[in-house]
Amino acid sequence: MAAERAQQNRGPHEVGGTEPGAECLTNLEAVRLALHEAMVADDKTVILGEDVGVRGNVFLITTGFLQEFGARRVIDMPLAEASIVGIAVGMAMQGLRPIAEIQFADFIYPAFSQIVGEAAKIRYRSNGEYGCPLVIRTPYGGGVHGALSHSVSIEALFYHVPGLKIVAPTTPYDIKGLLTAAIEDPDPVLFLEHKKTYRSVKGEVPEGHFTIPIGKADVKKPGTQLTVVSYGYNLHQALDAARELETEGVSIEVIDLRSIRPMDKTTILTSVRKTRKLLIVHEDNKFGGIGAEISAMVSEEAFFELDAPIRRLCGPDVPAMGYAKPLEEAFMISTERMRIAMRDLARF
Amino acid sequence: MAKTVTARAVLDRGGLTDEQLVAMLWNMLLQRQLDNRGFQLNRQGKIPFALGSEGHEALQAGAALAFNRGSDVLVPYYRDLGLVLGVGVTPLDLLNNMFAREADLSGGRQFPNHYTARAYGVLSISSIIAAHCTHAAGVAYALTYDGKPGRAVLCSTGEGATSQGEWHESLNFAAIHKLPIVFLVQNNGWAISTPQSQQMAIVDVADKAAGYGMPGMICDGTDPVATYRTMKIAMDRARAGGGPTLVEAKCYRFLSHSTDDDDRTYRDREELAAQRADDPLPKYERVLLEAGIIDDVGLAAIKAEVLNLTNEATDQAEVLPYPSVDDMGTHVYAGPYEPWLE
Repeated sequence: MAAERAQQNRGPHEVGGTEPGAECLTNLEAVRLALHEAMVADDKTVILGEDVGVRGNVFLITTGFLQEFGARRVIDMPLAEASIVGIAVGMAMQGLRPIAEIQFADFIYPAFSQIVGEAAKIRYRSNGEYGCPLVIRTPYGGGVHGALSHSVSIEALFYHVPGLKIVAPTTPYDIKGLLTAAIEDPDPVLFLEHKKTYRSVKGEVPEGHFTIPIGKADVKKPGTQLTVVSYGYNLHQALDAARELETEGVSIEVIDLRSIRPMDKTTILTSVRKTRKLLIVHEDNKFGGIGAEISAMVSEEAFFELDAPIRRLCGPDVPAMGYAKPLEEAFMISTERMRIAMRDLARF
Repeated sequence: MAKTVTARAVLDRGGLTDEQLVAMLWNMLLQRQLDNRGFQLNRQGKIPFALGSEGHEALQAGAALAFNRGSDVLVPYYRDLGLVLGVGVTPLDLLNNMFAREADLSGGRQFPNHYTARAYGVLSISSIIAAHCTHAAGVAYALTYDGKPGRAVLCSTGEGATSQGEWHESLNFAAIHKLPIVFLVQNNGWAISTPQSQQMAIVDVADKAAGYGMPGMICDGTDPVATYRTMKIAMDRARAGGGPTLVEAKCYRFLSHSTDDDDRTYRDREELAAQRADDPLPKYERVLLEAGIIDDVGLAAIKAEVLNLTNEATDQAEVLPYPSVDDMGTHVYAGPYEPWLE
């Protein structure tokens, strides 16, 4: 299975075989590798968050960093998310390159003001005098028995905000390239890591420094009859469903959004103009979610090229997924539901 | 003359020279003139909004003198006209801000008194109370990141800000890491219409310092020399690696919160009148006059000069252009603004 996953999740440049020097990593290991390389590359880079030092982060992403880089650069913060971000903002304005961690995306709400009202507006309100080169990493998403406060998706709460960038890659290759790009970016980037993929998704990552441009989606599977746009854990399920449908003779193109703000208009429109049908899949609630914006954009740009109404398969409109197994399963979109939705729309 | 000599002997000058003592008066008079100008321009319908610092002049003149230009960093709040003037921001900068001109340091984007002035070591602030305190702590962390002491952050708020979680978080972090920062709380007793008694159950904000493990100091914010002396101790301690200090400067807000507020709806006129009788500006004028450091002619000359400066800045800023709408989308990001990438 692991080898199959690795095969499925290779970056586009790796198609055709293993590159020399490429390593098979989990998503979690890809995050660690990108962070480690950034810490080595620039001694202005600091990591700050709850339990990132001695504990090495609750998922063990930064294990050993404290010993290697010291307490000045790997900072165990007091338990206060607003100031984790706010202090990182100040550091960024004064020339450091902070990577702030919010332990779980569900805990980001106390920092909302700092992210939306401060970090995203500093360049604008100072007329370019100050920038805020800041990365805020946070694990999000469900399917891990995390209940109401360890499962949420937060992207829709932030993607409305000019001045922020948001990325949510979900393969080791994309994570390595996009986290490196986020760290090197001169503006604040919210970096979302789906925790169910931390150890379940593996793939090859080439050695050495590389970046993937923020704002570029990736066609993870080409197809002709239907375009599926997704990201995060759902992306992997969508790929599985699309491959199964391939055996039924249904050809589906699967786009991994990777970046949520900015979003890749060209890749989506090129695909939709080819397949003439669009299904958007995301774990986050449907109402006001990322799918709404994609749907609006495609309606504005390619309405007359569509052969079917745009459809969205999303999380239900309840406040969060419950702890009980059936409640969580009912919230998460099953691969079976994806397959049915894809088949239905392809046949429309 | 004999009286003057006696007064000179008892003047507590806090180690300041005559020139520095007069510079503080100059700053205070300029503050009040610019404050009044903001309200005048608003009442004339020329600017939509103004915020006054009247009553805070003395402490801001004193605190600014404890700031090392070119190395320290000021993270002010929106009632800090005298502090930003004291670190080098010019009357024209402030008038450009009031008139929202293209030449304003924020390009006409920010409210009046929402400072950004990197060239003078002034951070960019928003209206969100105490949000900037966390930034100040982050800046202080960065200032000593290379292990070298010698630079400090002056972070300023009113007493209302001390209710915010982010104020607490900032002091806590600063104390844990012994950061080079002074948290100056300008306690004027009022947060718009909310008196201090509704803001906290204690009399002295400085008492909160003990909860963080840092020194708390109180000074008479109506006395520029007393404030300078206190701030100098605190800033020197920060610059020497001695860690943060909470300084509470007691003062009074003479004006409404802003031109959009009317303090007659919540503040007793007798309280205001009593405070006006203790106005720090004429009080400090008398101190310098009685000490013989300045005479009536010199005082009149300074008043004429600050009025002239204010008038010139007003005339200059008034005829400058607004920012171009074409530039509305600049500086959203370092690169082009594109929510949809083509």
